[in-house]
Amino acid sequence: MPQKIITANRLIDGEVVWLGPDGDWVEAVAAAAIFDAAALEVGMEGARRGVAAGLVVDPLAIDVVLRGGAPVPSRLRERIRAFGPTVHPDYGKQADGKGTHP
Amino acid sequence: MNIQAPYTPAPHAGVYRYDEFDREFVRQRTEEFRSQVQRRLSGELTEEEFKPIRLMNGLYLQLHAYMLRVAIPYGLLNSDQLRRLARIARVYDKDYGHFTTRQNIQFNWPTLADTPDILAELADVDMHAIQTSGNCIRNVTTDQYAGAAADEVLDPRVYAEILRQWSTLHPEFTYLPRKFKIAITGAPNDRAAVKVHDIGLLAKRAPDGRIGFEVYVGGGLGRTPYIGIKTRDWLEERDFLAYIEAVLRVYNELGRRDNIYKARIKILVNEMKPKAFIAMVEEEFARVPRDTYGLDPAIVEAIRQHFAPPPLADLPARSDRFETDYAEDRAFACWVDGNTAAHRANGYRIVNISLKPIGGIPGDASSAQMELVAELADRYSFGEIRVAHEQNLVLAHVRLDDLHALWQALVPAGLATPNIGLVSDIIACPGLDYCALANARSIPVAQRLSERFADLDRQFDIGRLQVNISGCINACGHHHVGHIGILGVDKKGEEFYQITLGGKAEEDAAIGSILGPGFSSEALIDAIETLIETYLKLRRDRTESFIQVVERLGNAPFKEALYAAA
Repeated sequence: MPQKIITANRLIDGEVVWLGPDGDWVEAVAAAAIFDAAALEVGMEGARRGVAAGLVVDPLAIDVVLRGGAPVPSRLRERIRAFGPTVHPDYGKQADGKGTHP
Repeated sequence: MNIQAPYTPAPHAGVYRYDEFDREFVRQRTEEFRSQVQRRLSGELTEEEFKPIRLMNGLYLQLHAYMLRVAIPYGLLNSDQLRRLARIARVYDKDYGHFTTRQNIQFNWPTLADTPDILAELADVDMHAIQTSGNCIRNVTTDQYAGAAADEVLDPRVYAEILRQWSTLHPEFTYLPRKFKIAITGAPNDRAAVKVHDIGLLAKRAPDGRIGFEVYVGGGLGRTPYIGIKTRDWLEERDFLAYIEAVLRVYNELGRRDNIYKARIKILVNEMKPKAFIAMVEEEFARVPRDTYGLDPAIVEAIRQHFAPPPLADLPARSDRFETDYAEDRAFACWVDGNTAAHRANGYRIVNISLKPIGGIPGDASSAQMELVAELADRYSFGEIRVAHEQNLVLAHVRLDDLHALWQALVPAGLATPNIGLVSDIIACPGLDYCALANARSIPVAQRLSERFADLDRQFDIGRLQVNISGCINACGHHHVGHIGILGVDKKGEEFYQITLGGKAEEDAAIGSILGPGFSSEALIDAIETLIETYLKLRRDRTESFIQVVERLGNAPFKEALYAAA
């Protein structure tokens, strides 16, 4: 199974976030916790707790590849979420120093 | 926040002026939503419980953030409303808004916590985000030249407003099988794409002067595109609401609710077969009580007063000042030829403000651009602005004498690209750069295409050509009715683009047909250029447009040009 990370949108502002290694929600994909098959369900359980606590909505496990040790989403859709609109480099994560499109 | 004193738009602003009932209704809905947001943030409501509520208030969750879709009733704004949209973009968003093919505006980055304040700001200027989502009757759309067009039979805004009032609080139609879109045109030249709507109304006048409508039902794009069937060749004005009520009742009762992809009225019409559907509507129509649904001429007249013509001056048809500017300034002349249209009154033109600069994002406008357009509307067009479904803006009543000054003000703001109806006037949905439903990006395709054809002389030589791009089968970019339609698909994780040819959205609407295998993003622009070059070789002369050549020769020569070398 490809390696996975868990993403969601933050409830209060819709910001794209990922589940971090400490169980918190991080704003940069590079800081996301990486899960293998065995650990994924534990991660999803943590994500569901985030939903129940009203922190995030729509958690989802997504495939990633590792580049320089950091996770990069495999699908274009998730890369756009991770870095921002490809047509607006001045908006989204890419504008806030939280990653750039590969 | 405190609601301010009742807002009074400028007279002759071309928009419907709310009465206290409308105002109170919108205020209450805003405060109700404020309370619902608080309950969601406090954990009292789950997302499952809250999602339908936020959608009913126009608030979606997209790829990067929430997205607020604000209704612009039948595409009409006054200058204060446009200034307010600019302010919302600046204060609560990222300093721009996106005008859509539904004549609405979308803000791509609002927070949930801010949304009640945004709705309150909208309510201050008689605006809201109701009926922009959900399985209800959506914002009615119409001709952006309404009340100004030289070819107009009647003013469609009057009937669009009647539909707004009828549908806003209609208890029976707030939970339809699926969303429902109505478009209306008051001119024989259909600029509102009425035949690809759930109900399309084409106004006409009988030889004896009576007003009536041709009615089309079951049109639509998306996964299963259809041109609407004509259900009535003549509908009396007094029966306008009764008949639409009957159509909605039949749909509400019989429309499928088991499968979201088969729930639109177009599927019902085609599964029942048109003859049976029409018969059932007529049966229902006979039952609809006329005392409730008959259109009272006094009410029609009262609403018509809201759309009384602005105080146009009695001008000669010719303006020496304009003729001089036109003769001496080629760039201005190009813009006049491309971006203005005939007005019904002597000495005036309708001005299209292109939101399609070369390499730009179709339909996007910055706060500063919105404010400039509002100011220019005040100065030159009685303070009113329209949004076209092609994602451009319109100033409907500009004096010939003022055209040069208006153009000079638009140029430095990037709002004077003279490309209306040309290859770079592309309709494009937000696509995968923003939209949670999209499979492929639309905007970069539009940008690259307009850059490829940046040379305006080349665009003028090619002539009228509508290119429409959708990033998924839901077809928000109207690709089915583009002369050239482009549909983005996801093919094993890669963006691919299918090309259709021969679509059109006007009174002789047609659904384009697929040319053949799709193209990669890299190959797509060359493919479109090949189609256009093929057209240039095949046309009889410059008066024969792209779509006319496709209609004369079919897809075959284009297909051959595109795929023969492969």
